[in-house]
Order: sequence, then structure tokens, then C-alpha cells
Amino acid sequence: MATTEAGPAPGTTILGARKGRTRKSVHAAGKVAANIVLGVIGLAFLVPLLWVVTTSVGEGQTLKVTWPEHFTGTNFAHVTTVDILFRPLLNGLILCGGGTLVTVVVAILAAYPLSRYKSRLKRPFLLTILFTTGLPITAIMIPVYAMFTQLNLIDQMWSATIFMGSTALPFGIWLMKNFMDGVPVELEEVAWTDGASSMATLRRIVLPLMWPGVIVVTIFTFIGMWGNFFVPFILLIDPNQLPASVSIFTFFDPQHGGVQYGQLAAFSILYCVPVAVLYLVMSRRLSGSFALGGALKG
Amino acid sequence: MTASTTVARPGAAPESSGAARVPLRSRTFLRGLPLLPAVVLLLVFLAGPIIYCVYYAFTDMQLTGATTTHFVGLANFRKAFVDDRFYNAILQTLIFTVLSAIVGQNILGLVIAMLFRLATKAMRSIVGALVIAAWVVPEIVAGYVLYAFFRDEGTLNEILAFLHLPQQNWLYTLPIMAVSLANVWRGTAFSMLVYSAALSEVPAELTEAAAMDGAGLWQRFWHVTLPTIRRSVATNLMLITLQTLSVFGLIFAMTKGGPSNKSTTLPIYTYQTALQSYEIGYGTAMALVLLVIGALFSLVYLRALRPEAD
Repeated sequence: MATTEAGPAPGTTILGARKGRTRKSVHAAGKVAANIVLGVIGLAFLVPLLWVVTTSVGEGQTLKVTWPEHFTGTNFAHVTTVDILFRPLLNGLILCGGGTLVTVVVAILAAYPLSRYKSRLKRPFLLTILFTTGLPITAIMIPVYAMFTQLNLIDQMWSATIFMGSTALPFGIWLMKNFMDGVPVELEEVAWTDGASSMATLRRIVLPLMWPGVIVVTIFTFIGMWGNFFVPFILLIDPNQLPASVSIFTFFDPQHGGVQYGQLAAFSILYCVPVAVLYLVMSRRLSGSFALGGALKG
Repeated sequence: MTASTTVARPGAAPESSGAARVPLRSRTFLRGLPLLPAVVLLLVFLAGPIIYCVYYAFTDMQLTGATTTHFVGLANFRKAFVDDRFYNAILQTLIFTVLSAIVGQNILGLVIAMLFRLATKAMRSIVGALVIAAWVVPEIVAGYVLYAFFRDEGTLNEILAFLHLPQQNWLYTLPIMAVSLANVWRGTAFSMLVYSAALSEVPAELTEAAAMDGAGLWQRFWHVTLPTIRRSVATNLMLITLQTLSVFGLIFAMTKGGPSNKSTTLPIYTYQTALQSYEIGYGTAMALVLLVIGALFSLVYLRALRPEAD
């Protein structure tokens, strides 16, 4: 889209060719200005992240950003063990992967009737869903803890996984429904008249057409869970089951002789790698344009 | 990407063909069946705990074990209405939400999305990646990163010193400002993505036509672009407001609500009363107040979504 930066070129009596050039140069100036402003914004987002990088590769770094005098790999070497890094990452993978699977499958099923059929209950239901997306999970964790203790579900990986999946469900349904709305219903009507069931059309016609949407929901859900600290912190107890989002707190354990900032930073970087890779892969596959926003029109 | 191109077809009767075969009521039930797993999970894991929240809020439940739980009516709410720390928490929550979500993330996200349309592809990819990196970083990591940034000997003060600008101990003098900026840093990606998608669906002919008619940049934005993306704005505002209202980890990692409660938002105060002072009843009463504030914000945004909704 060529939105020209210029208003109407000053002096409309000037020859058309000249007018075009003025417009073009104003447009170019706008382009330069936009790039400069964006550069400054980008810098503001980059600078806080620098601390993690300099601290992870330096020796004896503190909370201050200083260029490390000696580069060292010891921080990374120290944290890349089964106990510190790999088991928490694997636990996180099981917990968040399982939770994401629950969210995505259940959300696809729920989105189908919401997208395809008319009902008086639909709008109230959708608005409830939308409101639930912002439900402060902190507020409900106390009763959830009580419920899990009573039903003997506490410290169980599978129950924590299902709970994680449920908390992400409202947003999952909301997104999935809007993505599904983008698939024209005409294609299904042909299949329906041929006698195909709605679940068959969902699988054979709708899903293949909206797979970018499904991937967006999958990755968005996974990223949200990967960073979630509070839920596994409350529901899981055994240190061998804790995901990385909780085990990161062992770096602040006073028993280990003060905060090991270098190791903390190295761990943070390695902990972010899976979601960063996931995001990169997705944005490549979806030809750059992240489709999340398209499903948020409301 | 997902442009809803359902063109109205003349003379199409979408659902009437097979309507008479199955009785209406059981057909509705069958159609709604795929909703069942979702409804069960939402009822058990979200609605159930909320109902318990309401119940606890009217009791004097404590976690210490020794005391028994009594129904105390509105006592917890009466207690809240004379609790200065509670009023402070409400005030901090509102400041935090308005500053960081409604003003910060929302406007910065829109500005970035609009600049993207003018900027070069390389700049777009780099800045987009940085903004999203801040969003993908897990909450606790973000908290410590920004703690390191805002603290007295932190990066921000070093930059200010370099620019010969006045410095201060941000986490001590203006903690709510620091955590709000932190939340802008962390959350702007969401608004940016929403608005990038929304702006890409504004028909180019509309803005071009307005430009032909002599509308300036600001006029085009206010009268053409903004009305077209209105629904995205409302949905985005609602989601980021609700998310910001319940931010916990970020503030907890940066300031723990201090100093002297100057950044104690409602989730932090709820946590302090319910899980540190073990006053479950009082804590959940405040959690309910948080839910009500969220509902009030939502109602405002839903008004904007109403007219053409299905």
C-alpha cells in the first residue's frame, strides 16, 4: 500500500510531473523519519536485554551492565547439567506441550459450533469466554490448591497439565473461533448435502484451510505456558517435576551463597531458546505476517 | 491473512435444507456437543474456583489451621472499606493499568504498526523481532532484566548520566512508573501484532481517496483509519486491560510491591494477605474486587463492539 506521506502538494497549479516529484521526496523523507523513530524504539527494547547477554558471558558480573573484561563460558558450562537445565526443560516441555495439546484440541472442537451455527446463547457465551481470558489466575489459585489437595491431585504432572490447558482455553477458543470464521461456509455446505457429518467436514475441509490459525494458537498458547510461574509453583512440589519457570528461583537460594547472576543470566538465555526458535519457525512458515491480529477483530 | 471474505450470496438459504429431519431440540444438542469438553473443563477448573472464591470471601477462613471457618457476611468488605492499604492497592492498580496498558502498550503498539507501513523491510524485521523478543521472554526473567535496568546503578541511570540528564533511584522514588514502563516493554508486542494485522486490512483506496480530497495525515488517521479498525482497538484494549490488571510476576520480581506499598497493586496485595498473612477470606474478597474492576472495564469496551456484532 502506497500511503503517500504528503498531503496535497502545495501549489496545485504546478505541472503534474513536478508535483509527483515533490510528493515522492516528501514520501522519502517520511520513510527516513519512520525508520529513525523505529530505530530509537527498537534500541529501547534492546537495551534492557543487553544485561542478560553481558552477564552470561562475563566473569564476576553483577546487576550492572559492563562490558566483560574476560569472556568466559563457565556460566553456561555450570548450568548445562541434567539437574539444573535439562530436567526442568523436559518437565516444562511435558507440562506445556501437554497443556497446549489439551487447549488446541478442545478449542478446535468448541470453535466449530460457535463459528458455524446460530444460537441465542452464542453471544453471551462468547462474551463470557472473552472476559475469562483476563481472569486473574492469581485470584483463583487458592481454591484450586484446596481442590487439588482434597482430590489428591496435587504434585501430579497430568492434573497440572490439564489445569494449565484449561486456563489457556478461553483465549484459545476465542482465537480459534475467529480463525474458523475466516473459512467460507460454502465449501462445507457442498459436503453436507453429500451427507458428510459435521465432524468429518471439520477434519477434511475446515482444518486444512485454517492450519496457519491452528499453528498460531498452538504457539501462542505454548509461549504463554512456558513463562507461567505461578501455576506450577503452586500445584507441583517435587523438585524433580518442576519446570524451568519455577526452578529458576533456585538461583536465588541463599544456601548457595548469594545470587549467581552469571549463571542466572546463562540459564535465562537457554530457557528462552525453545520459545524463540518456535516463534522464528512459525513466522517463517507463515510468510512473515503473524496472523494473530487477524483473529482479534472481535 | 484471515480476511473474512464471506461474500453475501444471492438467494442462499444456509441452514434450512436439513432442518426438518431431526427434531429441533435434539438437533441443537447434537450441534452443541463438540462444546462439551470445553464447557466441562471451564466449569471444573475456572467457574468452580470462582464460586469458591465468592464463598471464601464471606468467611473468616485462615490457613493457619487451628481456627475453624465461620460465615462472617460482609465483614471482609467492610474491613476493606476502612483499609488504607486496600485503597492504595486500588489506586496503584488503576495507575498501573491506565499508564502501561491503555496509554503505553496501546498507543506505542499502534504507532509502531503505523511506522511499519512506511519503514524499510529490514527495519521492520529487526524492530519487530526485538519487540517480540521482550514479549517471549518468560515473566520472571523479564522481571529481573528490568530490575537490573531500573535499579540505582542500573542501565537507565547510566544512559541518563551519559546524556547529562538528572538520574534517580527509579525503583525507590517512582516504583509504579518503573513497573509500568516494564509492562510496556514486555507487553507492547501484542498490540503491535493486533494493529499490524488490522491496518493491513484497511483498504488502500479509502486512505487514498481521502488524500485526494485533501485530508491531512492526522485527518486521514482520525476519520478513515481509526473508524475502520475500531473493533480491533476495542478487543485489543479489553484484552490488554484484563491482562494488565492481573500482572503479578513482573511486579513481584521487580519491587515485591514496595517500597512502602508504592507499587502494591491488587494482585500483590491479595497475595500478601491470602498467602503471606494467611487471611484467605480477606484475600479472596479482594480478588473478587479485582474481578469486578475487570468486568467494569470490559463493559465499556463491549459497548464499542456491540453494533455490528453477530
